[in-house]
Amino acid sequence: MAKIETKDVNLFYGDFHALKGIDMQMEENTVTALIGPSGCGKSTYLRLLNRMNDLIDNVKITGQILIDGEDIYRKGINVDELRIKVGMVFQKPNPFPKSVFENVAYGLRVNGINDKHIVEETVVRSLKHAALWDEVQDKLHKSAFELSGGQQQRLCIARALAISPSVVLMDEPASALDPISTAKIEELIYELKKDYTIVIVTHNMQQAGRVSDFTGFFYLGELVEYGRTADIFTSPKKHQTENYITGRFG
Amino acid sequence: MSLNMNEKIARSKRRSEMFAFGIFRALSFLVVAILFVILGFIIIKGGSAISWKFLTTMPTDGMTGGGILPAIIGTFCLVGGSILFSFPIGVLAGIYMNEYAKDGPLVRFIRMMTNNLAGIPSIVFGLFGVSFFVITCGMGDSIIAGSLTLGILTLPVVIRTTEEALKAVDNSFRQGSYALGATKIQTIRKVVLPISYPNIITGLILSIGRVSGEVAPILFIVAYFTTKLPTSVKDQVMALPYHLYVLATSGTNIEKTRPIAYGTALVLIAIVLIMNLLANALRRYFGKKVKMN
Repeated sequence: MAKIETKDVNLFYGDFHALKGIDMQMEENTVTALIGPSGCGKSTYLRLLNRMNDLIDNVKITGQILIDGEDIYRKGINVDELRIKVGMVFQKPNPFPKSVFENVAYGLRVNGINDKHIVEETVVRSLKHAALWDEVQDKLHKSAFELSGGQQQRLCIARALAISPSVVLMDEPASALDPISTAKIEELIYELKKDYTIVIVTHNMQQAGRVSDFTGFFYLGELVEYGRTADIFTSPKKHQTENYITGRFG
Repeated sequence: MSLNMNEKIARSKRRSEMFAFGIFRALSFLVVAILFVILGFIIIKGGSAISWKFLTTMPTDGMTGGGILPAIIGTFCLVGGSILFSFPIGVLAGIYMNEYAKDGPLVRFIRMMTNNLAGIPSIVFGLFGVSFFVITCGMGDSIIAGSLTLGILTLPVVIRTTEEALKAVDNSFRQGSYALGATKIQTIRKVVLPISYPNIITGLILSIGRVSGEVAPILFIVAYFTTKLPTSVKDQVMALPYHLYVLATSGTNIEKTRPIAYGTALVLIAIVLIMNLLANALRRYFGKKVKMN
């Protein structure tokens, strides 16, 4: 069974048809990159998977989105629980104005886990997992704003990992970072694949090529081509895909 | 274009620049100067009246002697009471308007009404206070009636500043919180409010300043003269601004009480200043907590 499966998904912002009949399947412990020019619907698609689009007014969704075989848009589903299972990292690092420690502990605390030992252990483990521990172990109780942009982004990843999701969504996680921080995030994504299913939106072709197993190319709300990254990048079947990947448009 | 021309243009640009900023600077200084003139005037005229006795004793001899203790206490009671009433309600209303209510006709209507409320002349609040709180609700000329009247007066200020404070919180914080499985109320309590406390407290500062100085809304409620200190919210109190008004216009001996009137004004200004400093300290404290915590 696929970890994530979307069947004929359409999304409308008011009258605007933003996603058109998207069929996609993602296997467990893989990295899927979503590429395409700005406004093509890839971020919108990503935000369907943890129901972040719910926060926007006037959105209509049809079709089916299954995670672990469960329809996440069915009536009566607990959206908070879904978001624990499907974590998210945003484009701009958005740590809370709290200490490094409390940033990572936040997800535990809002979900009722306050036991000191469990919290401490989870925070340390998550920071290590996000390859940030060595840099922040002396600054756990300093403000998260004192970290560099790249560290803040890894903190946000640690924060997402702390509540043990099984899927991690990343919306251009490295676009606001310098090349060294970007390389660290990419390494991290590669590491995280062992434990998580990752879906990443990126504008950076090389990044998609480096980190992902599968790539989906979106254009004007449609999924133009979807397949193994190696295939998409070496022998795309569609002309539009080839043009985009080779930089002829987009 | 010759170099000469360029220099000419540059000089004329510099001159108009200096001229413009000269005016801005002069006007800014003028504002400060006005404040200092008022303050200086009151300090010179009223400074001699200030003494420990003035602050801690009752008025005597038909208010031509003695102190202003009941008015000081009364003002504290009224300001405190009005804040207790308007702050929680105003902040909760602001949270509702900005975080919960969908932007639509209803919210626009509420916002318009809030603005209208702010535009009502304060004497009208005074009349309303008397007819509604004092008479209809049977509260009598009491601290509670005065506080509620003043509270309504400041409600729009608190609601608006709360709304603005919440609006200033970047949406990425909210999204980050939701993405970790937090509910809306958790997000508001643990992320949004702590960030906006400093700005919400600005609303508190503004209300304190406004309420301490108002006469009109409590004109019909507070006491002309009393030497009885309040023991419950049902008691009637004097208030500094009203006391000042009485001494200046309808006291028993206006010429004789003039120094006391200026002294009262000075005390009123000092109290507002101290309350503002306290609120500012609170604002800084929360501001620091947001950064460090």
